[in-house]
Amino acid sequence: MAESTDKTDLPQQTRRNFLDTLEIDTRLLGMIGAFVVICVVFDVWTGGRFLTPRNIFNLTIQTVSVAIMATGMVFVIVTRHIDLSVGALLATCSGVMAMTQTAWLPGALGLELGSPMIAPIAILVGLIVGTLIGSFHGWLIGYLTIPAFIVTLGGLFVWRNVAWHLSAGQTIGPLDPTFLKLGGISGTLGASGSWILGLLATGFSLYLLFNARRSKLAHGFPVKPMWAELTIAGIVSAAILGFVWILNSYEVPARRLAREFAAAGKEMPEGYTEVYGVPYSVLILIAVALVMTVVAQRTRLGRYIFATGGNPEAAQLSGIRVRLLTVKIFAIVGFLCALSAVVASARLTYHTNDIGTLDELRVIAAAVIGGTALSGGIGTIYGAILGALIMQSLQSGMAMVGVEAPYQNIVVGIVLVFAVYVDIVYRKRTGD
Amino acid sequence: MPLDTSDRGTPLLEMRNMRKSFGGIHAVDDVSIDLHAGEVVGVLGHNGAGKSVLMKMLSGAYPRDSGQIFINGEEAHIDNPRDARDYNIETIYQTLALADNLDAASNLFLGRELVTPMGLVDDAKMEAETRKIMNRLNPNFQRFHTPVAGLSGGQRQSVAISRAVYFNAKILIMDEPTAALGVEETAMVARLIDELKSQGLGILLIDHDIHQVKALCDRASVMKNGKLVGTVRVDEVTEDDILGMIILGKKPEKGVE
Repeated sequence: MAESTDKTDLPQQTRRNFLDTLEIDTRLLGMIGAFVVICVVFDVWTGGRFLTPRNIFNLTIQTVSVAIMATGMVFVIVTRHIDLSVGALLATCSGVMAMTQTAWLPGALGLELGSPMIAPIAILVGLIVGTLIGSFHGWLIGYLTIPAFIVTLGGLFVWRNVAWHLSAGQTIGPLDPTFLKLGGISGTLGASGSWILGLLATGFSLYLLFNARRSKLAHGFPVKPMWAELTIAGIVSAAILGFVWILNSYEVPARRLAREFAAAGKEMPEGYTEVYGVPYSVLILIAVALVMTVVAQRTRLGRYIFATGGNPEAAQLSGIRVRLLTVKIFAIVGFLCALSAVVASARLTYHTNDIGTLDELRVIAAAVIGGTALSGGIGTIYGAILGALIMQSLQSGMAMVGVEAPYQNIVVGIVLVFAVYVDIVYRKRTGD
Repeated sequence: MPLDTSDRGTPLLEMRNMRKSFGGIHAVDDVSIDLHAGEVVGVLGHNGAGKSVLMKMLSGAYPRDSGQIFINGEEAHIDNPRDARDYNIETIYQTLALADNLDAASNLFLGRELVTPMGLVDDAKMEAETRKIMNRLNPNFQRFHTPVAGLSGGQRQSVAISRAVYFNAKILIMDEPTAALGVEETAMVARLIDELKSQGLGILLIDHDIHQVKALCDRASVMKNGKLVGTVRVDEVTEDDILGMIILGKKPEKGVE
């Protein structure tokens, strides 16, 4: 077959409307729309206190822990499993890391408290423990064919109480100062660091867009008109830089700065200000989101996860090792739970028994609100992160307008069910 | 049963004394069949006769209880679908075995993705290859970005067939390839079978349509209750003979190997 005929035979894509031309996922647009509505409503309701740099900063760092785990939950739900143990697993990992840095390392290995080696070792130990426990769950589910619901329900009881056992039920703290930098407010990039990050991220996004277009052209596939491409590029750049700008507008309170200068034995210069910028914990989330998106869309592992979710039998017949795949998925979730445990305990500055309680439900809700279908085969990483953000905004917003905790949970529950209903209607309409 | 292969040399495929039981029920009981290059052999029988189980042992989907598989005279070790693919055995399942949530290219290359030098899946390349093969098999096919759930029966069938054809099958198993198709698409599949046959593939065809079997197959192996009734040369028997084998398990007077 001659190359030229191949190309002339390509279909002329019909572009129905503006959004169609931009090739934007309407589901993504819907979620962003819902998020914007929530923000605006609460901002008006609180008299402008919701959309301040300070609150957006807080919202961001509160979302990180659940969002990290939600990206892993997407893989679990896509393959028609469920994981009820993520909150408990987070607690166990948190307990292991807290004990490692406060008791085991200083005790057994004789590392001095405050040594720079403590945080990396503790984190490494936590990540290994999380990954191993996750793999064990995956082995029980994949190879022994015990339903994921049961394995992780059992895991919920086991790991919650292993966490209790590790610390003998006590709160462990304060944690290592280096470790605490990963919690949010105690570790941020500052103004210039954040701008550099923003510019790098923008450049990288533009490169990806450009590359995707070039690859399509190289194969002679239809591409968007140039103006649509530029519109997308503009929106993406504005979103990234806008986000950095907002976080860079949150100034460190003067009293806190004064304390820091005093601690260093210096005088604070008159009119000195400093901003927080992008927290390290958010960097972790961005890294997780990038890696997980690449895994989902551009690796064989991801392809097999979605294929298995769409039709387990077909996956098996195509030579995919479905049982091993299950182990890998749960190992990923275990790793992410440990990573979340770092962020969550560092944000609290201590380890407690009830850390991560009910997180399994928040994580599942985030993934589901983000468009992950429990029937399997469908879900996106960005959706799950947006889902986590929407849930956190609702909860924070309600707290700010003075809704009591029980009522907040009632609303969140209703929103979850409603969001899934909207998704079902949407899928029926679009035939996806 | 002695197999008459003396006149045609070593068969492309030989399955000897294949057995498989599920909880005491003999789904396939001591069945032997063979297949030559450039030949279409029909595998016939009622539902539950054991045809699909026999084919699934060949495609690696079911491990066999006993029996041997020879390819070009050498024993082949097929324990899972990957092994079968390594021997260039491709299967078009009755259910098509497509992941409904993925597009045509992802399904075509499922388990054998093309990757970039960095090891990432190369979607653009796979789409280009899919467009090429589709252009040959089903030029009307244009929906390359839709999950296959949104395709018509015929389009889904083209995806399943293109998967088998693309990877240079030597032995092709087709499990009721036309069951869900309209007249025009059935004709397309028939033309394809003839074309592949002339390229020297060996094709095992499971079909319920006797006319189709008469038209497409060189020989037919009939199964009943897990056992092989017999293998006949299709030209030398009538449709009634074949029906008699399927329904009554009765061998015709002539044409039997």
